[in-house]
Amino acid sequence: MASTSIQWSEIVADPRFQALHRKKQSFLSGLMIFSVFFYFLLPIGAAYFPALYSIKVWGPINVGILFALSQFVVAWGIAFYYSKRANAEFDAMARELIVDFEKKVKV
Amino acid sequence: MSSLSSRTKAFTLVGVAAIALTALPALAQGAVSPNYRWLTFAVFAAIIGVTMYVTFVAAKRVKTASDFYTAGGGVSGLQNGWAIAGDYLSAASFLGIAGLISQFGYDGFMYSVGWLVAYITVLLVIAEPCRNIGKYTLADILAYRNDPKKTRIVGALSTITVSTFYLTAQMVGGGVLVKTLIGIDYEISVITVGVLMLAYVLFGGMVATTWVQIIKAVLLVIASIVLVVLVWAPYGFSLPAFLQDVVGDPKVQARVAGLLGEASKNMTPQELGQRFLEPGLLFKAPIDQISLGMALVFGTAGLPHILMRFFTVPTAQDARKSVIWAMAIIGGFYVLTLFLGFGAAKHVGPAAIAAVDPGGNMAGPLLAQYLGGGADSMLGNFMLAFVAAVAFATIVAVVAGLVLAAASAMAHDLYVGVIREGHVTPQEQVRAARIATVIVGAMAITIGIAAKGQNVAHLVALAFAVAASANFPCVLLTLYWRKCNTGGIVAGMVVGTLLAVGLVLVSPNMTYPKAVRGAAEKVLAADGPKRAAAEADIASGDAAKVANAQKTIGALDRAATKAKGDIERVKGENTSLVGLEAPLFGLRNPGLISIPLGFLAVILGSLFYRDKRADDMWEELYARQNTGILASRAAAH
Repeated sequence: MASTSIQWSEIVADPRFQALHRKKQSFLSGLMIFSVFFYFLLPIGAAYFPALYSIKVWGPINVGILFALSQFVVAWGIAFYYSKRANAEFDAMARELIVDFEKKVKV
Repeated sequence: MSSLSSRTKAFTLVGVAAIALTALPALAQGAVSPNYRWLTFAVFAAIIGVTMYVTFVAAKRVKTASDFYTAGGGVSGLQNGWAIAGDYLSAASFLGIAGLISQFGYDGFMYSVGWLVAYITVLLVIAEPCRNIGKYTLADILAYRNDPKKTRIVGALSTITVSTFYLTAQMVGGGVLVKTLIGIDYEISVITVGVLMLAYVLFGGMVATTWVQIIKAVLLVIASIVLVVLVWAPYGFSLPAFLQDVVGDPKVQARVAGLLGEASKNMTPQELGQRFLEPGLLFKAPIDQISLGMALVFGTAGLPHILMRFFTVPTAQDARKSVIWAMAIIGGFYVLTLFLGFGAAKHVGPAAIAAVDPGGNMAGPLLAQYLGGGADSMLGNFMLAFVAAVAFATIVAVVAGLVLAAASAMAHDLYVGVIREGHVTPQEQVRAARIATVIVGAMAITIGIAAKGQNVAHLVALAFAVAASANFPCVLLTLYWRKCNTGGIVAGMVVGTLLAVGLVLVSPNMTYPKAVRGAAEKVLAADGPKRAAAEADIASGDAAKVANAQKTIGALDRAATKAKGDIERVKGENTSLVGLEAPLFGLRNPGLISIPLGFLAVILGSLFYRDKRADDMWEELYARQNTGILASRAAAH
């Protein structure tokens, strides 16, 4: 890792890097907190609100089963949402920095 | 060993396959009936043959350490997604969760959710940064900005610890499973699993391991889809109609009545069946559930054999794509498990499943047999054979990934990084990797045989707890927190690991002879009155009562035998493994306590330690982990 000749502090100070960093950080921490919170609602609800879980909605299907199934849908939704945003936005921002970097360092 | 000619390799692989197959006829009684055992062996032989061929082809491509550890970084996102699913869905997922659903209904399904949600953490904060700065191992990430020697030592030790716990559970669980399924002796099945796995890893490295995991995951998904279509099609693929039939089944209703005991006295059969779809039949202590959930959600992102998979893809985009695929496959599989579990409860019955294996692990295989036409039919036995062979492939594929992770920590981190300080030739690196593989493989077989009959189920939870309490805080904070340094990493690894292991040693997971004896004596004391009542019923001559009473006496006999066995087992002992009469700590999983303290240890360790290198390297690490600058060079480096 020939890092001595590379001015990493310049890259980090680059406004485009700062913008990427800010966007990613708030987006990722928001999603992370939401997903953890939503997941723990399931066992906590099962323990303290069993009557709610037992309410029948559609034939024998009750709130508990729908809530557990919704966990799958939400997990997939978060994954889809994140990858869409990362593919469209974060990758392009990072790409610019990489191109600039490669011009300067001539790899 | 790296100089072996391809012909020698081919001969060795054919030899291993032959040993594996000749080992099979050492049989006792299993779920597969003796008349149809040849079918199981034919399916086994086909799977072993295909994977051996793949290994032979892969062996030609494994020349450097990078080939051996990471398949040269040339795996695609889609391939890696399937391989992650193959690496992650162990026999515990495949057979265990369907079993839990068949025995406890809703709680079993709820249990599966955490195993999928775990991948959100992997996707959002771990996979891409690790791809951008990592090389072969978890310790590579820690060594990037911290003192390489110290962090490699703690990182490698923790990798070996986590992998060994997981490995022991897989070897023992796998041995028992193969024995239950087809009746092969426990020792022979452990050795067969070990030898096959060694052949894959030793000759084919990560290339063969990846393909074995992909093949296994594809087989697993195909088997599950076929079973679910057969279970669900009669109901026109309507979920309410299917569940209505499950809750209306007398076998299911009897199971719920048995679980609830006295509390079920005034419930109608319909209410009993419906109760199967409500929480609380398995999990009584919510705090345990939350603690286990934390270990799953944060531990998966710290599992070395899962992290290692992200070094096999060329870019962060491929790492992202592989997690998305893995989540689709793993989540889809757990949804299918819902049908397998409830289908087995309806068609086979909870009691019949538990009679073959008390843990419920045989729910899936027995359902397959039923759907094919039952125990005496050719198709039924073919389907059972297929599911049994998939279970076997599952164990081998997971074990291969674990052995590769432990061997890389031993060879790449400890030998090459710490002992030789990086001064090794490429040939020496590959040789070290192969020698370490043989050591870990031999260790896995030895532990597997030595731990025969031990209750190892909690070891998987312990592996997750250590990964969540030690590995996860260290990796996360070195990637995202500027002030993190060598002091924090060493403190976090040591505190996280010791706390997780220590708390389990004093937890209710251990065997407490006094409690075991007390419970067994209670069962025996209650035996007399219950037996007398049942005998009175038989004497009465009322047909309905007689049938019921005979069942009761059968159950009493089994309970009494078990209680006597328990008393015999703890004879002369008064304290647990660490000398306790009763648990000091109430939680079965330590995550709730050990994860926050693991984070605290990294934070305090970092604040009380001066480390110029960690500070100087921060900008480089942070720029690279966010953008992927130089990532392809790191992979080729």
